[in-house]
Amino acid sequence: MTLLLTVFAAVISTVIWYKNAPDDKMKVSALCWMFWGASIMWFVDAVFGYIELGAEFFRPSPADMLNDAYLGLSVIALALVIWVVILLIKDPKGSVRASLFGKKK
Amino acid sequence: MACFVVPAVEAVVTAAAAKIVKNNEKEALPVSEGENTGKSFKIPFSRKLRWLTNLLLGGSALLLFEHIWHGEVVPYFPFLTAASNPQDSVEMLHEMATAGVTMALLTTAIWGVMLLVAHIAEKRVNAAQSSEVNE
Repeated sequence: MTLLLTVFAAVISTVIWYKNAPDDKMKVSALCWMFWGASIMWFVDAVFGYIELGAEFFRPSPADMLNDAYLGLSVIALALVIWVVILLIKDPKGSVRASLFGKKK
Repeated sequence: MACFVVPAVEAVVTAAAAKIVKNNEKEALPVSEGENTGKSFKIPFSRKLRWLTNLLLGGSALLLFEHIWHGEVVPYFPFLTAASNPQDSVEMLHEMATAGVTMALLTTAIWGVMLLVAHIAEKRVNAAQSSEVNE
């Protein structure tokens, strides 16, 4: 469930990035890197889980599924927070600097 | 247990390599920022290395959170709960050697595919440019 949610997040962020490419003022590429990197790594985790458990891997208990979904949503929230921090620090539009120093863009 | 440590270490190595390569290479303009100067376009290798660093770092950061979630990483020494007893340590090292190394290898392989696609794109841009010059 965590892998599934992360893959969906990776695809959505990639579509948003592609829509505005090559302009990356909103730093959506940071989200793409994070979600795709995590998706690849959780995919490997899933393959190892499948090797260990076999078909049982695809039949998680409802409690496990709920916890994994909760984790997946939390991971997406964390990635979004990291993205906002990157956006505010890099400040590609100069909005933060303009607000801090009271200058109009 | 600590599989994310392997790609995280690789990320640190590739980040350092990207810095060194950037210092060494001449400033070549990336395709998207390039101008039609008649020279062939090439994406700097330091930029390509940053792609790998971003993939590895981004993935490792989110996996670190997952390990904190599962109580496998703690904010006090020895930071990895499996490192507190020898039996769990062996299991952790085995997981790092199997899942961790596979994660790093698969990410690097996908980056390799990205390099191949970028190489083809560079060739196409250069071919289009040279045909424009010839016309």
